[in-house]
This record gives sequence, C-alpha cells and structure tokens, in this order.
Amino acid sequence: MTRPTLAFRLYVAAFYLFLFAPLATVAVFAFNASPFPAPPWRGFTLEWFVGTGAVFGRPGVLRDGAMLASIGNSLKVALPVAALAVALGTVNAFVLERAAFPGKRLIAMMMLWPLVIPGVILGISILAFFSRVANGLEAWLDRDLDFLRPGLGLVVLGQLSFILSLSTLIIAARLRRFDRALEEAAFDLGASRLRAFRTVTLPYLRPAMVGAGLVALLMSFENFNTTLMLVGSEPPLPVYMYGQMREGATPAVNAVSVLVMVAAGGLASLFALIVRPR
Amino acid sequence: MRTPRGLGLALLVAPAALWLGLLLVLPHVEIAILSVSERVAPRVYAFGLGNYREFFAEPLYWRTFARTAALSILVTALTLALAFPVALYVARVAKGRAKSLLFLLCLIPFWVSELVRTLGWMILLRETGVISAVLQRLGLASGPVELLYNDGAVVLGLVYGGLLFMVVPLVNALDSLDPSLVEAGHDLGGSRWTVLRRIVIPHAMPGIVAGSIVVFMLTVGNFATPVLLGGKNGLWFTEQIYAQFITRFNWPQGSAFGFLLLALSSAIVWAGLKLSGQPLGRTLRQGA
Repeated sequence: MTRPTLAFRLYVAAFYLFLFAPLATVAVFAFNASPFPAPPWRGFTLEWFVGTGAVFGRPGVLRDGAMLASIGNSLKVALPVAALAVALGTVNAFVLERAAFPGKRLIAMMMLWPLVIPGVILGISILAFFSRVANGLEAWLDRDLDFLRPGLGLVVLGQLSFILSLSTLIIAARLRRFDRALEEAAFDLGASRLRAFRTVTLPYLRPAMVGAGLVALLMSFENFNTTLMLVGSEPPLPVYMYGQMREGATPAVNAVSVLVMVAAGGLASLFALIVRPR
Repeated sequence: MRTPRGLGLALLVAPAALWLGLLLVLPHVEIAILSVSERVAPRVYAFGLGNYREFFAEPLYWRTFARTAALSILVTALTLALAFPVALYVARVAKGRAKSLLFLLCLIPFWVSELVRTLGWMILLRETGVISAVLQRLGLASGPVELLYNDGAVVLGLVYGGLLFMVVPLVNALDSLDPSLVEAGHDLGGSRWTVLRRIVIPHAMPGIVAGSIVVFMLTVGNFATPVLLGGKNGLWFTEQIYAQFITRFNWPQGSAFGFLLLALSSAIVWAGLKLSGQPLGRTLRQGA
C-alpha cells in the first residue's frame, strides 16, 4: 500500500476540501458587503465586525450589545467550569490512581458514564432534579433560590457533569505515568507530604492540568445541547447564535464565528504547544 | 502520598461522590420517577405508565423515534465509509510531517463550534446559497435550487459532524498495524482487496467499533444540526424532548422520551462493546 492510486489521492484531496468548505464559506461571507450571508460577492467590508449599523441597519459584532452580552455569558460559564474541572479533576485523578476502597471500580466506571449519555438528557435530568430541590428548599426556607432555577449557575453544573469526566481522564492518564520513587525521594530528604506534593507531584501534573483546563474552556464555550436545556434569560453564545440562525442570520453571525474560529485556533495551538511535547 | 485512609480518603472521594450523586445519579432517578408519573388532577400526580403508552399511541412520537434511530445508523455507516480511506491514507501512506499535518487538519474543523459548521452548510445549501448560485452560473439549473430542509441535508450535516470522532480512532488503530503483515499478505498472493479485507480491516476493528459507538451516540443526541438543516422536516427525537420540556412544560412526558432515547443510545453502546469485547474505558480512550 505504498503506492496510492490516483483515485485514492483524489479522494483524500476531495475529503479535505469537504472538511474545510463550510468553515471557509462562513469566513468569506463575514467580509461580504451585503445585508445577507449569501452570494453574490458585493465587495470587501469590515462593517460586520466594527460597523455601527448605519450601512446595513444592523451593527457589527463589536458594537452589538446582545451579541457581546452572549459572549460575556459564555465566559461567565466557561471560566468557572474550567477552574472546577481542573481542581476537581485533579482530586478525582488521585481517587482513581492512588486510593483503594470498596466500590472504587464502580466509581471509576461511573466517571465514564457522562461521556455516553446524550447531552440533552444530562440537561433535562439536571433541570428536573434541581427544580425539585429548589421547590423543596424554598417551601422549607420560605425564600427564593434563583440559582437553582434555569440560568448560568445551572448551566455551569450541567456542563461540569460531563466536562469533569474529560478533565479527570486527562489528568489521571498523566498521574498513572508518574514515578512514585520521586515522591519517596522527597520524603527521604525530609519533605512533608504537602511539600512533596507541591514541589514534586504537582509540577509533574501541570501540563495535564493546563491541557485539561483548555479542553474544558473549549468544550464549555461550544456546548449547545446541555446548555440549551438549562439556560435562563441570559443565553451564552451558541444558544444566541442558534436563535439568530433560526430567524435568518445576518453576516454579523459569520463575523462572530470568525472571532470564535480565531480564538479556538489560538486555544488549540496553546494546547498543542503545552501538552503534546512530553 | 501513601494510600489515603480514614478522613483523608473521605475528603479525597467527596468531590467525586458529590459530582456523581448530585449531577448524575439523582437527576436520572428524578427523571425516572417523573417518567412514570401521571397527572390525575391539577398538581396531583400518581404512578402510571401513561407517558410511555402515549409514546406508542401517537404515531408522530414513535415514528420520529424510529426515524432518528434509522437515520443515525445510516449516518454512522456513511461516516465510517467516508472516513476509512482517509484514515488509511493518514496512517499507512503519508509519512513524517505530511502525516502529522494531515492528521491535524482533520482535527481543526472540530475545534470550532457545531453552530459555526452548521451555519457554513446553511450558506452553502440554501436556495440563495453558494451551491445554488454556482449551478445557475454553470447553466446546470435554470432557477434557484433549494438543497436545505430535506433529509439529505440533515444526513450530510450529521456525517460531517461525526467525521473527526471516526477518523481519530481509525488512525490510532491503523497506526499500530505492522507493515510486514501487509507485505506478507501481498507476498502470499493476496490482492489489495483481499489484504484489506483479511488483514487491515480486522486489525482496525477496535477503532471501527470505538468510532461507530461515539458517532452513533453523538448523532442520536444531536439537536442543532437536524433542526437547522432539516427545518420542519428535521423531525429529530431530541426536538420532541425539548418541545415537551421547554415549550409544553410537560416534564413527565419529556422524561419518558428522555429515557427512551437513553435506552436506545445505551443499547447501541452496550452492543458495540459486546461486539468488540472491549471495556468502555479503553473504547473511549481510543478516541483521545
């Protein structure tokens, strides 16, 4: 199989064309001087990024309050999700790799479940459960508990339910390759447990923790299925985009997509730089 | 860090217990209970299987469910068929930098949100879109051609969305195939096709199963792609769940639908694992 036929090469070329066609299309029409994201080409413009709305009746992304608010909402969700995913994922990695207790196999298996449960179902189950908790607590405490109702707080919990599986797997994979003789050496040299952890184990885990954090940021920022079920009146970017696309989007949505592509590309390169070279 | 015991162990396991208990087990118990609750009077519920009976009684519901299952199987098969040659090329033909580059190029589109990719297909396929314009320019169509809002568009979008999750496990599986085995196959007089069928495909089986499981699961549970590319004709089962939960506020019915979808998805995952004889953990890691 060292001499690929021409047909084989053409197929592979066509495949990559297919792979990039939709992204290229989105990007190109972000710069088209037209009120609709459609051909024909009417000339290059940055109006859909920085325009005030004087030309096409709708402002560009960077001056569109609702769009900027949705990006803000996404960040309000993604940052806590990433922080919690790394912190709790590290603890979980130690549970998986270091602890021994009855029922550990079950716990280890359950940690994988969120990855094989459709996101929509994670969303509705968390929505229904937290509503019941809120109803019960509100009747008991006699006060409103809005953070248990649909909104950004619940979105954080919903996304965390499966992103934590990923961060746990990433960090546990690195902890598994850790040579425990290094810790023993630190103890022999008189280090306390905490000091050995801080100066030996944690630095070893850092690339995996950074990688898990970046993956969590990306997964959170792009999540749609689970988020849609738990969102209140403050839509994160994918939910906002979905609403726009159902109504017939303007090229402003293309423009925000270009910004997302650049940001995702940046994060992914960062991930490749930090995590890949072992 | 010796093996933790007592209070230390309890503190270590606490986050996992809270996570799995409060975000996984109890929520699923809640929708299990809801799904067997029937409204007997305003705000009064009793045990009953009415929500599941309703699913079988109303053709729209079970037909949408069957349609979702059938199209998801089709999407999984098409994704496998499209991705396999490319994985073969990346793993067995390309060398050195070209190989890493081709592999990386497969990953890039999936760092971008599903909504962005779907927007691209909408601009390409719709009546006023790029493909329609090109066809008219070439004289192949006399007027605008609507390629959106049909099953073909839905399948196309779903296959596109599944490709990465198929290519990566396939490349990982094919990478470990010893080239001398393939050569031996040729030396023994096997044609390209025989070698592929008798040596390459059996070796790639773990990757094929892992990719198929993940693609099926993601396809069955997809929401945005069938709704946006299929429009009114999308008819995906997740949409029914959304409608019951968010639009109609009929949570017991929505929970029953959710359970049925979970059962379908879990059954396929389980069958795939049985077929390959691999544990879930290894299958999921294949994709990473």
